[in-house]
Amino acid sequence: MKRAFGRDARALAPGLAYLAPSLILFVAFVFYPLTQTIRLSFYNTRSTGVATTFAGLDQYTELLSSEAFRTGMVATAQFALYTVPASIAVALVLAVLLNQRLRGVNVFRTMMSSTIAVSAAVGSLIWLLLFNPSLGLLNYVLSLVGIRGPEWLIQPTTAVIAVALTTVWLMLGTNIIVLLAGLQGVPEEIYEAARIDGARGIRMFTRITVPMVSPSLFFLLVVDTIAVLQAFTQIHLLTRGGPVDATRVLVYSIYLDAFQNFQFGYASAQAVILLLLVLALTIVQFGVVERRVHYQ
Amino acid sequence: MSTVTAAAGIRAPRRIRAGRIGAYALLVVGSLLVAFPLLITISYSFMAESDIITFPPPVLPKNPTLHNYEQVLQAIPIGRYLLNSFVVSTVVVIGQLITASLAAFAFSFVQFRGRTVLFFVFLSTLMIPWEATIIPNYITIRSIGWLDTYQGLAVPFMATAFGTFLLRQAFLQIPHELHDSARIDGASSFRFFRSMVLPLTRPALGTVAIYGFLSTYNQYFWPLLITNQTLMRTTQVGIAQLRFEESLRWGLVMAGVVMVALPTLALLVVGQRQLIRGLTAGAVKG
Repeated sequence: MKRAFGRDARALAPGLAYLAPSLILFVAFVFYPLTQTIRLSFYNTRSTGVATTFAGLDQYTELLSSEAFRTGMVATAQFALYTVPASIAVALVLAVLLNQRLRGVNVFRTMMSSTIAVSAAVGSLIWLLLFNPSLGLLNYVLSLVGIRGPEWLIQPTTAVIAVALTTVWLMLGTNIIVLLAGLQGVPEEIYEAARIDGARGIRMFTRITVPMVSPSLFFLLVVDTIAVLQAFTQIHLLTRGGPVDATRVLVYSIYLDAFQNFQFGYASAQAVILLLLVLALTIVQFGVVERRVHYQ
Repeated sequence: MSTVTAAAGIRAPRRIRAGRIGAYALLVVGSLLVAFPLLITISYSFMAESDIITFPPPVLPKNPTLHNYEQVLQAIPIGRYLLNSFVVSTVVVIGQLITASLAAFAFSFVQFRGRTVLFFVFLSTLMIPWEATIIPNYITIRSIGWLDTYQGLAVPFMATAFGTFLLRQAFLQIPHELHDSARIDGASSFRFFRSMVLPLTRPALGTVAIYGFLSTYNQYFWPLLITNQTLMRTTQVGIAQLRFEESLRWGLVMAGVVMVALPTLALLVVGQRQLIRGLTAGAVKG
């Protein structure tokens, strides 16, 4: 028994030496803090973040019964619904345009995917100016077609749209690149065959293109939703969670409760909910991939 | 049948040419729409403040000026912000290359017990959103006195599961016979790693480097939390401070935005291929 253990330990050692640098960092900055987030969510905390008394599920019951939390979850869902499908749809159209054998198409690929290099802070500052009611070009362009543009960031309904629009633009580059790679994986013969069967234009797009890139579309649906759940910068710079909490999404609420109101326990309970949401999305992702592989 | 193809053969060139012009037109319009916010930012950065506030909003500067750039250099220590961001991003990249390549080597060439379990441990870190651990991480960094330091900005991000998987994929392409013959020649595993594996997988290392640099340089939430001193701020946090000033000078803000975004846009042009490989690595498999 002892010998067997000794042999196992020796067998583990060579691998562990290579893994140690990563593992130490993961333990320090992922796994340990994860346990602490969960622990803090069950405790009352001092304003310094030190846990004081055990609170059981109090933070959670308070959270789930609070009006602000419900509004926040609605805002989160709204933000995701306005952002993710729009960004994927626009990216798909642009990726189809880019997936042509034309001279110089690479220049257009670089231009259209340029937003992958643009940070959320930079993008937010640019859109802040575009949304400006008097100086911004957005309302001017709208006025040209006879629409009186709103005060984007002042009204609750349009503030959510403004943050979503900025995020759609920020995600466009990544989405285009992923979908373009998906499109390039579709064999030319499939399009040939469809063309012989008389498929053209829109029909070709809905019957052939969309189904063929559905794995990439699904991948983006999950990954983009997770990214939207984590979006902080746009909200911090465009709306600060307002007006009247219209854009106080989950992550922003965590930030406000932890680092402005110093209620670390209460914020940690919300962080646990964020964690569960992301875990659920990841499991859905794995589940679907698993099934697809199985049926093939 | 032959007459039909002959007739089509005469018509086709013109139709193809028309189709091609149409395709280019759509590409130009699409590219301009997507890149418009960036293009207008560059334009604004050369515009006098008095022009920006005219109606209708101008698109191109009437009298291009560098005044905004001079102003922003005086308003904020943007050179220092750039230095901070470059130092932190470079340290993260070097750290990630070391930790991820070592781990990827273990997962591709070293046999040991618990390999599968540890692989899942790495995988699980991808499912944990950084924001869910940000409160304890902030408390940790504060308690070890790393607020307002480069190490506080860099060290938490020096391990990467994503980079490890990417490198593992590349390492698995290396024939195992190479490892065997190196061992027969008496080379240690580590020597094989250093003198064979790393040089053979430079493109993948480049992908990890570019990806790591971009994502660190573009961070906002974490540097916002852990820096208070003006001189320790990174580009993103530093430039965003302009938004909260009493009177917003848009020309100045846009000049700052250009200076902050320029390094990443240059990196996109230089390293586009590597970046695309990184972004699609997950999607193609998933």
